[in-house]
Amino acid sequence: MSTFVYMTRCDGCGHCVDICPSDIMHIDENIRRAVNIEPNFCWECYSCVKACPNHAIDVRGYADFAPMGHSVRVRREEEKGTISWKIKFRNGTTKDFVSPITTKPWGKFIPKLADGDKPKQEEINSQMLYTEPNGLNIDGKLPSVPKDTFKKGVYY
Amino acid sequence: MMSINPFATLAETISPSAIQGFVLVMLALIVLGIVIQMIHHKNVTYFFNNAKKAKLAAEREIGAGEKTAIILKTVVHDIATTAELGAGKRRIAHVMGMYGTILFWVASVVMVFGYTAAGTATPTVWPMIWHVGAIMTCVGGYWFWLFLRVDVLAEAHPWYRIIKADLFVLALLACATTGLAWSYFQSSGSTGLEYLFLVLFITSNIVLFGGVYWSKFAHMIYKPGAAIQKNLAEADGSRDNLPPLADAPKQFGLGIKREQPKHY
Repeated sequence: MSTFVYMTRCDGCGHCVDICPSDIMHIDENIRRAVNIEPNFCWECYSCVKACPNHAIDVRGYADFAPMGHSVRVRREEEKGTISWKIKFRNGTTKDFVSPITTKPWGKFIPKLADGDKPKQEEINSQMLYTEPNGLNIDGKLPSVPKDTFKKGVYY
Repeated sequence: MMSINPFATLAETISPSAIQGFVLVMLALIVLGIVIQMIHHKNVTYFFNNAKKAKLAAEREIGAGEKTAIILKTVVHDIATTAELGAGKRRIAHVMGMYGTILFWVASVVMVFGYTAAGTATPTVWPMIWHVGAIMTCVGGYWFWLFLRVDVLAEAHPWYRIIKADLFVLALLACATTGLAWSYFQSSGSTGLEYLFLVLFITSNIVLFGGVYWSKFAHMIYKPGAAIQKNLAEADGSRDNLPPLADAPKQFGLGIKREQPKHY
């Protein structure tokens, strides 16, 4: 599956270009509207579909079931903090879902990395990642499984 | 300069019927370009197919009165203020350019057909509208083209990179800019520069109206059509398969405001 753009809805704002993690949403040179330049590389993350303020991006289903009229569409309402999905099945059944995007004020849990201490050289050289081991919540050392607790039998 | 009808001054050297004939040829080029584009791109077929699909998926029938009200509301709210661009610089630039162009073209037609005959005095208001329209087109258009167009803002391309999508906006800007320069040099009596900018004005008009098939000119027709279709689909419940608006109060207000798409 891959994304495609409804040209009648797209206004060329660039939000999909900005958010696409695969960098495959670009601006068409003939009409200055968004276009998926490499549908094979699209991994259907739906980031652009959700980010589009005009709901101009949709996802094309696999050819064996797409012609039968299914659809998965999403509406993100930022001020309400909700994201709604409408799933339309091949037999015409529809299901609507509404979920919160977040229940906390926007940006509250974004870590302020720039405000933290600069890492020392030995920390940079260490195999531990940032905030490890404290961030892993494992009491200062990596977990280990004593051999005598192994189950007897064949391990595949 | 602002209160002089440049077409009336031009009519002293070129016959008014030649100027009027040029305007009619330009109108014919618009119609021809749009018709060929409709046949080739199948835009109208797409709109009709979309309308049929929406009718099949409709959850309720909307009457003629309600339909008219939705269309009128779309014209006033969505089309007249370019609502789809949201709040921000792009919308201000577009609205300025759009109304500037409308004023520029309407005043051109009125002055060419109404006030180019010998002995006819042009009311001051029309040249004023023509000049103000051209200035608004330039301000909105250059602002958009130099700073706000998406390939510069979101894709980080340099401002001087010209693509096919620029044909419409650049030809329009060339018309307004050369038109203003022509009017200025005409009123200041610089004959050489006056004729230079007249030739450039004519050329940019030919490119603008002759290039309709290749340019984004027809978005002036398709975009309002798409806005009407979108709002009718919202009203009849088909909503292009989109979910309905969530039944939830606004919690976050502007605290959740989007950032500009320029994280390249």
